[in-house]
Amino acid sequence: MSDIYELIIIGAGPAGITASIYAARKKMNFIVITKDVGGQTVLSSGIENYTGYQFITGVELANKFREHIESFNILLKENETVTFVKKDADIIIVETDKGKYYAKSVVVASGRVPRKLNVKGEEEFKNRGITYCATCDAPFFAGKDVAVIGGGNSALDAVLQLIKIANKVYLIDIAPKLKADPIMVEKAKNSNIVEIYNNTKVEEIYGDKFVEGIKISRDNKIKELSIEGIFIEIGSIAASDFINDVLKNKDKEIIVNCKCETNIPGIFAAGDVTNVPSKQIIVACGEGAKAVLSAFEYLSKI
Amino acid sequence: MSKNIKIYTTPTCPYCYMLKSFLKEKNVVFEEIDVSSNPQKAKELVQKTGQMAVPVIDIEGKIIVGFNKELISKELGI
Repeated sequence: MSDIYELIIIGAGPAGITASIYAARKKMNFIVITKDVGGQTVLSSGIENYTGYQFITGVELANKFREHIESFNILLKENETVTFVKKDADIIIVETDKGKYYAKSVVVASGRVPRKLNVKGEEEFKNRGITYCATCDAPFFAGKDVAVIGGGNSALDAVLQLIKIANKVYLIDIAPKLKADPIMVEKAKNSNIVEIYNNTKVEEIYGDKFVEGIKISRDNKIKELSIEGIFIEIGSIAASDFINDVLKNKDKEIIVNCKCETNIPGIFAAGDVTNVPSKQIIVACGEGAKAVLSAFEYLSKI
Repeated sequence: MSKNIKIYTTPTCPYCYMLKSFLKEKNVVFEEIDVSSNPQKAKELVQKTGQMAVPVIDIEGKIIVGFNKELISKELGI
């Protein structure tokens, strides 16, 4: 059997990074396994509520986070995806797409991933007309007919970006009323290229090499729209599929107590992957710190 | 010998920004093409990659879609 670490931290968003800083300062024998550094922080165009910064972009804050962890000698396994976590006797096994690791304690700080529609064609046409990042990929759809799926602020944000460049924007929302801020909804409604479908479900995305259209339904009536781009903006969901034994709520969030403990001793969780209500960068940071301090305390007792 | 490296970006894309800072940090010289201001190049990119996504890095003809630090480092030998 290979090394048994005192701690493995899964994820390097605000929670995982703060956890790593605390673990480094406690001189714990630990590793961090993560797909990327910064997590969802990079997707935020502007942050005005992170103490100490009146304004900072998401990318800048993520860079600050990176500088901070790089100031310690941390074993950071980047571009690595955790696929399975299980506690077996006293050891926690963490499997990834690249290997297998063992630890006495784990902090799960894997954050959230974009929610998927789960319709036919969604996997097939990803990056072939379907995008989950309007700020990245919108320019590909200049002069084209597109659809935005969702009704919240991120969906309306995409609509307002696309108004400037697209030929036609369909906004498709499953709810009876758009829940985005009224000021954004008003701007969308005032545009003569936006057509809004409430109470409408996406049934299928079709095409050949790229997206060519979408099937939607309202009141059991199916309709097809010819479009080349689809922006899926229906929120996010806790990235917790790799761990089954911990208790989760119906939204897949890992249930923790005020010490970031899960129902399994030795497995802690922090940040947006948990049921802690406020999904905020600063809250996630605080939770990451708490989780490691709890893990440290746990290790001193076993 | 420095390699011929092109990157395709849009101005608001965070992963493009991360790719650029990564290359700069490693002292890699690259040419940047902003596809938002150049529809012809955007079209070419879609044909080249079969995908409508940025960032894309072209390292002497080897194409990598997305900011995949590990693949990019491997290809650049850094």
